[in-house]
Amino acid sequence: MTFRKYVVLAGVTVFAAAGDSMLSHGMKQTGAISIHHLQSLIAAVLNPWVAIGILLLLAFFAAYMNALSWADLTYVLPATSLGYVLLALVARFALHEQVSPMRWLGIALISGGVGFVAGGPALTKPHSEHPGHDVPAAHLPSHPHSNPPSEVGS
Amino acid sequence: MKHLYTWGGILIVVLFSVVGDILMTRAMKQVGDMHELWRRSGVVTIVGRVLSNANFFLGVSAMAVAFFSLLFALSWGDVSLVAPAAASLTFIGNAFAAKVFLHEKVDRRRWLAATLVAAGVALLAG
Repeated sequence: MTFRKYVVLAGVTVFAAAGDSMLSHGMKQTGAISIHHLQSLIAAVLNPWVAIGILLLLAFFAAYMNALSWADLTYVLPATSLGYVLLALVARFALHEQVSPMRWLGIALISGGVGFVAGGPALTKPHSEHPGHDVPAAHLPSHPHSNPPSEVGS
Repeated sequence: MKHLYTWGGILIVVLFSVVGDILMTRAMKQVGDMHELWRRSGVVTIVGRVLSNANFFLGVSAMAVAFFSLLFALSWGDVSLVAPAAASLTFIGNAFAAKVFLHEKVDRRRWLAATLVAAGVALLAG
């Protein structure tokens, strides 16, 4: 794990948390959407909070793709779930909201889970001999119709 | 009837989230380590590889379906149920699916992490 990789994981965490809260704030303003009134969906997307939320989620997506290119899905997901903890801490110390004992317990469980996964390797590909260099570029399919990677068929 | 809609919505969100995450992980493993690629051949190569990957587009489509189902489910059901239930079940579903479809070594440490995080996310709603 290099410093840049920690920055990428931090980016996944922060962008997801910020994007989700903007989106949630915006959706509360636009109100319920229904399948019979699809124009309400367009109105929702045009709400500035929803729009900023979507932009932040795009940034999250870029960081998420970056992380998945060098780490397992079962590593990235728990490692970046610290965003939930971040949201709760922002609610408590920046917005001065009450955080119930149940929520503190939830925060403790998530932090414990992150601690567990962070202590292990980021990548556990079966054929990997050199973690971090497991996908030699020369063996990669260069166009979408070539053979799937080796781990699919084995 | 409302419960049925809500839980149906949650399950659809979870299903498409898991499918999207699995396809995206597979796509990015096929693309290769972005940091390595960046050093060796630059950003154009990365974009080219991502955009020529079929799993990437399938994954994005599944995630888009999950995203819009979540918007619908949130407007039908209680936010404090839908959001944590969908997030929590997605963690568990992804651990299973990553083991089965991506052959990741989901050992005890990873199971424990996924379960703790799923339980924690569920509790945050309380």
